[in-house]
Amino acid sequence: MKTSQDPMTPNLFQVQRIRRELADTFTLELTAESNNEFPFLPGQFNMIYLFGSGEVPISISGDPAQPNRLIHTIRAVGSVTEGLKSCKSGDMLGIRGPFGSAWPVEQATGQDIVIITGGIGLAPLRPAIYHLLANRQRYGKIVILYGARTPADILFRKELERWRSRFDISVEVTVDQAVSNWSGRVGVVPKLINRADFAPEETTALICGPEIMMRFSVKALQERGVKEDHIYVSMERNMKCAIGFCGHCQLGSQFVCKDGPVFPYSQISSAFRIREL
Amino acid sequence: MVSVEGIDRMISEHPFFSGMEPGYQAMIAGCASNQSFEAGQYLIREGDNADHFYLIRHGAVAIEVHTQGQTSVTLETLHEGDVLGWSWLVPPYHWLFDARAIQLTRVIAIDAACLREKAEADHSLGYELYSRIMPVMSERLSAARLRLLDLYGSPRKGQ
Ligand SMILES: Cc1cc2nc3c(=O)[nH]c(=O)nc-3n(C[C@H](O)[C@H](O)[C@H](O)COP(=O)(O)OP(=O)(O)OC[C@H]3O[C@@H](n4cnc5c(N)ncnc54)[C@H](O)[C@@H]3O)c2cc1C
Ligand code: FES
Repeated sequence: MKTSQDPMTPNLFQVQRIRRELADTFTLELTAESNNEFPFLPGQFNMIYLFGSGEVPISISGDPAQPNRLIHTIRAVGSVTEGLKSCKSGDMLGIRGPFGSAWPVEQATGQDIVIITGGIGLAPLRPAIYHLLANRQRYGKIVILYGARTPADILFRKELERWRSRFDISVEVTVDQAVSNWSGRVGVVPKLINRADFAPEETTALICGPEIMMRFSVKALQERGVKEDHIYVSMERNMKCAIGFCGHCQLGSQFVCKDGPVFPYSQISSAFRIREL
Repeated sequence: MVSVEGIDRMISEHPFFSGMEPGYQAMIAGCASNQSFEAGQYLIREGDNADHFYLIRHGAVAIEVHTQGQTSVTLETLHEGDVLGWSWLVPPYHWLFDARAIQLTRVIAIDAACLREKAEADHSLGYELYSRIMPVMSERLSAARLRLLDLYGSPRKGQ
């Protein structure tokens, strides 16, 4: 249950652990000062307030079945996220949320699921993957296609290896650049879609990554025959209020904070084609 | 040694030639042989004559480029169902990169001079070949362009 009723007032959370994932990426494990649980849906995000610095939208990357710990995986790209990188256990942060729409894991029951992601984009999808694996018997084939810049940039590598070792899902990892001691794939993520094993007419696809990668992935899925309204993408825009007031996150006629961040592609395909937003 | 019928079937089953008129498949089979490469073995060396191209049936191949004194860089990997090499179509028919098996790899090797000769004698076969190779080249080119964008690079680089 949430501690504050006012969505603009942050609740206090304490940093329990910080885990370095990659050179610029880390995971924060937080617990509410109130000790309340923090239920959320896979795909939702929080506004994290670093006192004295600012507030940033960050997706929840933990397991929705474990609402006692709030997990965020963050890439340090600017002032607030760099500041968060220097957090130590015991530090306090302000949290508003959870906000936004979720991955359609319930609607997709009975379907094959294709997860297409790159870079830090795996973090917002991880809660959906946990849910799918915890309810494995409710889905058809599950395929995870992940791309990173180099082998050293593969996020959640141990987990990807664990998922890959299961017999009931297929995991393909590719990198954009490698030297010859890497024995995995080199190439772009959309290329993996052509050969992946799923039934296009009965598939729901979940995509999160840089927008260009998402655009090319949608195209590859469409070429395989996946229906537009079964393709979901997670969008990012600058945010302030996160509750549909300020208009900062507007994308065409939609607000990313309130109507998204997860959209059926059919709902935002026109905005995807607009050159400057 | 693989029988001609075996090669015929492998060619018809490989995505690169699937759906092609059986008569053409048989002509191509006449130029084809079955080969396998251990992990680490080179299929292609930069600068060598491009006298074969390969249809990968099983395994994986890294396309590599050497830079003096450094570990070679992998430009792309190719896998089951992919076609390897098109320098055999472009004079002076020399390979521009290395290709190394990264696991046990089984391929159909196609003798380039033999196929070029057949395509020269029968332009419809030549047209069939080009209309299959062009989409592969186009896909590889757009993948290379996507990678040039360095999608996952740091947003602050260059600032
Ligand atoms: C719904 C939603 C969910 C998100 N989930 C996550 C998440 O799980 N993990 C995570 O690390 N980030 C996530 N982000 C992105 C994160 O909010 C931004 O990286 C953050 O706001 C940057 O703030 P800053 O003050 O550190 O950097 P700023 O000072 O605001 O920006 C510094 C530099 O980074 C660039 N930049 C800013 N935002 C982004 C971005 N989103 N992508 C690429 N470059 C950017 C700016 O153009 C600038 O060059 C999410 C964004 C949204 C909208
Ligand atoms: S952030 Fe204010 S409307 Fe979306």
